[in-house]
Amino acid sequence: MITLYVNGKDMRLDIADDTPLLWVLRDELGLTGTKFGCGMALCGACTVQLNGAAVRSCSTPVSAAAGKHVLTVEAVDKTRPGRAVQAAWIKHDVPQCGYCQSGQIMSAAALLTQNKSPSDADIDAAMSGNICRCGTYNQIRAAIKDAAAALKG
Amino acid sequence: MSTAFKASRRSFLKGSATAGGGLVIGFVLPANGRLAQAAAPFAPNAYLRIAANGRVTVVCGLSEMGQGVLTAIPMLVAEELDADWAKVGVEQAPVDKAFNNPVFGMQATGGSTSVRGHWEPMRKAGAAAREMLVAAAAQTWKASPGDCRAAKGFVIHKSGKKLSYAHLAAHASKLPVPANPKLKDPKDFTILGQGLHRLDTPPKVNGKAKFGLDVRLPGMLIAVMARPPVPGGKALSVDDSKAKAIKGVHQVIQLPQGVAVLADGYWTAKQGRDALEIKWDDGPNAGLGSSDISKMLAEATTVPAKVGRNDGDVRTAGGTKAIESHYEAPYLAHACMEPMNCTAWVKQDEVEIWAGTQSQGPSQGIVSQVSGVAPGKVKIHTMYLGGGFGRRFAPDFTVDATLLSKMSGKPVKLVYAREDDMRAYFYRPVSATRFTGALDASGRPVAFSARVASPSLMEASGFMKLPPNGVDQFAVEGVQDLPYDIPNLRVEYARVEPGVQVWFWRSVGHSQNIFFSESFVDELAHEAGKDPFEFRRDLLGKQPRYKGALELAADKAGWGAPLPAGVFRGIAVAQSFGSYVAEVAEVSVGDDGALKVHRVVAAVDCGRTVNPEIIRRQIESAIVYGLSAALYGKITLNDGKVEQGNFDSYPVLRMNEMPKVEVYIVPSTENPGGIGEPGLPPLAPAVTGAIFAATGKRIRRLPIDRDLLKKA
Repeated sequence: MITLYVNGKDMRLDIADDTPLLWVLRDELGLTGTKFGCGMALCGACTVQLNGAAVRSCSTPVSAAAGKHVLTVEAVDKTRPGRAVQAAWIKHDVPQCGYCQSGQIMSAAALLTQNKSPSDADIDAAMSGNICRCGTYNQIRAAIKDAAAALKG
Repeated sequence: MSTAFKASRRSFLKGSATAGGGLVIGFVLPANGRLAQAAAPFAPNAYLRIAANGRVTVVCGLSEMGQGVLTAIPMLVAEELDADWAKVGVEQAPVDKAFNNPVFGMQATGGSTSVRGHWEPMRKAGAAAREMLVAAAAQTWKASPGDCRAAKGFVIHKSGKKLSYAHLAAHASKLPVPANPKLKDPKDFTILGQGLHRLDTPPKVNGKAKFGLDVRLPGMLIAVMARPPVPGGKALSVDDSKAKAIKGVHQVIQLPQGVAVLADGYWTAKQGRDALEIKWDDGPNAGLGSSDISKMLAEATTVPAKVGRNDGDVRTAGGTKAIESHYEAPYLAHACMEPMNCTAWVKQDEVEIWAGTQSQGPSQGIVSQVSGVAPGKVKIHTMYLGGGFGRRFAPDFTVDATLLSKMSGKPVKLVYAREDDMRAYFYRPVSATRFTGALDASGRPVAFSARVASPSLMEASGFMKLPPNGVDQFAVEGVQDLPYDIPNLRVEYARVEPGVQVWFWRSVGHSQNIFFSESFVDELAHEAGKDPFEFRRDLLGKQPRYKGALELAADKAGWGAPLPAGVFRGIAVAQSFGSYVAEVAEVSVGDDGALKVHRVVAAVDCGRTVNPEIIRRQIESAIVYGLSAALYGKITLNDGKVEQGNFDSYPVLRMNEMPKVEVYIVPSTENPGGIGEPGLPPLAPAVTGAIFAATGKRIRRLPIDRDLLKKA
């Protein structure tokens, strides 16, 4: 039995320790907002927050999340940076196909939790693990700056 | 024992021969939609309905893969309906002839055809509804329809009184549907041409958007499939005892395309797949290597081939300077963010499919054949597509999911692991082209010939055939339609089939051919001692739309103005899918060969604009897709095996490499051109033209080899 705190709720799961957190979220808990992209922590589509830090859930065994707070895109609006990021994403119409955007939003919200005024270099460092094949990078950068400004205001 | 099923992938592809390959124009708007829209008070055709609360729902038969079609199609309808945009929503259509893409004659999304094909029919659908609402109001008021006008969801009488569409919907539904409603003068457009927000943004920022991979059904099994490591191979024998010993694995099924493990969840199925012990027959491609393929292509360019275009006579053109060059581009994977997947449920007399597909029309027929259920009983639920780029036009994942559901008797979601996705073939074709060109004493080109060697996409598609002249239209597009004023011009095509399945990839033949032809035009400019922009402009006197895009891009980029030290420019222009795009790239090259693209300025003439913000984003998107391919993209074979599998071996552009992008739109009153693809073709030659300006080294093979750029 593993105990997880997912989006503020206690979850007790009978599941193999080495199951990636991604598949626990998607297949066991039905939280399909978190996406499968590569299975090797190369693309960032599966990004969630673990105690506020961005992690790649496809390569995080569920045992590593035991007793920690898991936040997914479905509940990121419960945090101030998450709300600001979502609002900026809507203002800039960031998504195209949208598949990578849950991961982008979770990485961006984690960045703004830790860094109130990210520079371009900070954004590059925090976001270069998240691939977007539609090429929305410039809109993501603009939206992150907008969200940072909104959080200060 | 695993269950075996014998049938060939090729026969499924051939089974999709529904379209005949030609363009089918002459779309007839059904007077009454065949779809059940009875619940709404007013549904004058298959494409829209108005609810009692005035909410307008546009029903869209096209697939949303990021290109914005679920916003653009509603805008076309809403403009002529004079709807209040705030009350317009959109819904995905089922498969029905009413939703055939007028360009293809089948329900499918691709070839940057959505706005081009639906520009008139969707506006007519909206205009018909507007005329009926106006007539309903006129009857209510006992007034002349000529004294009434529509605006923002109301019909307004010249006296100033007005009635809402919500109020009029039930009445309007009893009136005849006009056969030929009058369309607006474009000067009266209030919605078209506006950069409105996308309708699909909100569900894409809160995790609620449902992609194919997000489908969950009660009792569903998840399948992961081991595929032959060599394209065209098949399993000789399978030991599935270790896979079946894993808790949660239900079944192992052998298909012609591979061996599938069906389990309770993806992770279990993937572990099961990895535990399979399979002996493969590598088939005819055993031992095939990329260098062999390059050699086959190069050899084919040295002998006469099928003639696609022959202006004047290149042999007697003369000229004082002649040059010859050989170009090559590799196989490419699409690498959509969402790996291929499909959920199928084959029941007794019905099949349901949930998929992010670009080809629901042909898929319905193929699934019918595979399942033995009548086509009309095959329901396809089109989900959001996590990227398409042509890949999701292919039927492989739909066919395999259907077979697995049929054979297991359960709903099955088939998911390709990333490595399986990348090694599941359906690649952009390899291609090579040998050019020769000659200039007269003044530096003007007098002869241009190109011999293209490439596999035939038309034949690979399963729904097209090579035309009588033997020239594959996709293999030569972008070379054969060279726009420059050159009196003697010859283009030939040699079909070379190395044996790997090829498929449509964003911008198709233009993706490599514009790199080839625009690079060679740069070579001619250099040989003539002329500026690459001016050289092109001088040869485009008869091509105002090419010239307009070229001049706008050059102007906005500040062509000729000084750049920061170490930064150089390149330029290219192309027409594809009915739109004209020129791009200027600013590039620097380090002594170690490190390449940085700083800025790309694009100008697009795509005719009248539906949504200029979506246009700008699509051009930028295609620039990024093209830059990934130019910098990194290649699928190579070694000893028959595909060497790439995931984003480590098949890198794509990331945030830290993203250039600044500016997109400018040429004002135009022409009918709309396509927009999902035309931004891609000029990118690679603009970048390699800038590399030449920086280093004097001409890149003739993609992806760009950084070792060639190192300072000696």
